Amino acid sequence: MAITEQQRRAYVNTQAADARVNVELQTEDMTLNIGPQHPATHGTLRVVARLDGEQVVWADVVCGYMHRGYEKLTEVRTYPQVTTLVNRIDWLSSFANEVPFILAAEKLMEIEAPPRAQYIRTILFELARIANITLFIGTMGADLGAITPVFYAFRDRERVLNQIEAVTGGRFHPNFDRIGGLKDDLPRGWVDETKAVMNRVREFCDELEELLMGNEIFQARTRGIGVIPAEVGLSYGLSGANIRASGIDWDLRRDQDLPMAWKDLDWKVWTHPDGDSFARFWVRLQETREASRMVDQMLDGLPAGSIQAKVPRIIKVPAGEAWVHTENPLGEMGYYIVSQGGLGPFRCKIRSASFNNVSVLPWVLRGTYVPDIITILASLYFILGDIDR
Amino acid sequence: MSSADTEQEEQQDQYAAANAARQEALDALKATLGDAVVGEDVHAGDLWIRVLASEWRRAVEACKAAGFNYFDFLSGLDWMPSAPNPEDAETLSVEPEADADEAPNPDEAAEAEAEHEAEPQPSEAGTVAAFETPGGEPAEGWQTGVAGGDTRFQVFARFHSPHRKMGITVKADLGDDEPRVASIHDIFFGAEWHERETWEMYGFVFEGHPDLRHIYLPGEFEGFPLRKDFPLLAREVKPWPGLVDVEDLPAAEEARQDAAINAAQEAEAGEGGS
Repeated sequence: MAITEQQRRAYVNTQAADARVNVELQTEDMTLNIGPQHPATHGTLRVVARLDGEQVVWADVVCGYMHRGYEKLTEVRTYPQVTTLVNRIDWLSSFANEVPFILAAEKLMEIEAPPRAQYIRTILFELARIANITLFIGTMGADLGAITPVFYAFRDRERVLNQIEAVTGGRFHPNFDRIGGLKDDLPRGWVDETKAVMNRVREFCDELEELLMGNEIFQARTRGIGVIPAEVGLSYGLSGANIRASGIDWDLRRDQDLPMAWKDLDWKVWTHPDGDSFARFWVRLQETREASRMVDQMLDGLPAGSIQAKVPRIIKVPAGEAWVHTENPLGEMGYYIVSQGGLGPFRCKIRSASFNNVSVLPWVLRGTYVPDIITILASLYFILGDIDR
Repeated sequence: MSSADTEQEEQQDQYAAANAARQEALDALKATLGDAVVGEDVHAGDLWIRVLASEWRRAVEACKAAGFNYFDFLSGLDWMPSAPNPEDAETLSVEPEADADEAPNPDEAAEAEAEHEAEPQPSEAGTVAAFETPGGEPAEGWQTGVAGGDTRFQVFARFHSPHRKMGITVKADLGDDEPRVASIHDIFFGAEWHERETWEMYGFVFEGHPDLRHIYLPGEFEGFPLRKDFPLLAREVKPWPGLVDVEDLPAAEEARQDAAINAAQEAEAGEGGS
């Protein structure tokens, strides 16, 4: 049966109408809230993503759920009291928060801790780094669906925390650093125990390298995901492993002259050219291993002597301004202290690493797919207390 | 005493090389910016410049062009002198000499005095002298910071150069009644969040900022918490208990503590000698 001209025209019209609908169909953007209570945000951070299908077209970050106003509080505290506050900024590596603040106050007072105190400070700093990044290595796996690494991470982090506790009395908030030195010396037998723990840390790194990095799913979910070019990273103030994973060879432990033990050690700054989530994971893993080697070297070369320089009983910091920043586990952490000669800072600007690291999220999330949001959040690695201060 | 002197000289020498490099960078910046630079300082291996608020953007661009391409932070300063709690200020001003006077033994008092003299003193060049700007005295005798200041508010930012291995602090004075300055969020992307924070904490308006809204505080929050005239409500209700440590102890208790400290120090000194 032949098709009449009328039938043919009707068919063409319906086809055209269908095509027009498909072209003109206005798909509505969907807004997806990730957080404030989402496991991947490791705390109370809210990411608002506007989605077109599975793709993010716009993203915003809402923080401040944990803002404690430390910059205001430092103005009504004395210098020794401030260390209690700054312990709680990046709570997974608290000791590392105290060091730049104490160094800035010492810079204004023009005193320097004795060599033994500098070494013990650096050892505890690196132990804090290992404890912090160990957890990152585990939770990165957990966020991507691999449950096993997180148990290994908690198990081996505990050994490091035990060593920190043996010296300072606190697992998370040591509050151990003092202006001019340290509260106490190392306990007996601690050096040998720590060496054994450092061996264990290196084994953990090897294990995780085999377990995760070789894993096909892990590679597929991290390679090429969340690429941050070096110039963009610098402009946003990205620091630490995040910027080194974009190929910038910059480490504040090596690139500035601080009264710490890093300058005496033989170690390497790890960088990766890719700038993706895998690179950030890889750099952090290498850094953990490198840190354990640094601790070994420092334990071998630990100088004898006093752990406290001579300071007045009531600490007054002369008028002036000082900025000291260090390479913390999460990136560059710094304190800009303005002193007017009182017992406490007149103004203390706290520059925390995660605030800048997270500010890149609206840029990097644009154009990614929903599952990759989790990968990117995990690989940028932030601590909520470090964003909100 | 003499060993402390040589140590300080060494420290100065150690900073000398760093300061020379900073001076070079400063001279280059001044050549670019000309009259926009109204204050400057180089000491202790660090570099400050103060620019006109109207030239804020140009100064930041010049810094970026000079290699300071890493954004550390941007924030504000309020030079209004205010102790948060007037009665705190009184207790805070306990002089360390007071306990030396009350030491029971005159020899020990003299020793304590000597100890205080040996304490590191602020260097004239580094800190105190820097407060007197050549351009004019700070307003109303307020203490302002390094590189000076003429008004109550300052916006300041810190940039770093990973390859030159140095950083720079850039400041600009802002007026008291309506502090305004141009936004730099398109020069350094990271400044966008820092400007939001500074706006909510200090009330500085950043002209040209795309999205000036609260970042930490709830949207309906009123006032600018980091300004010095913003009261810390917790303190109004209940004074800080920690200051008890700094308050004068009863005389008997203090004598007992001093004796204990002296005994411990002597024991330590004896151990060190043998």
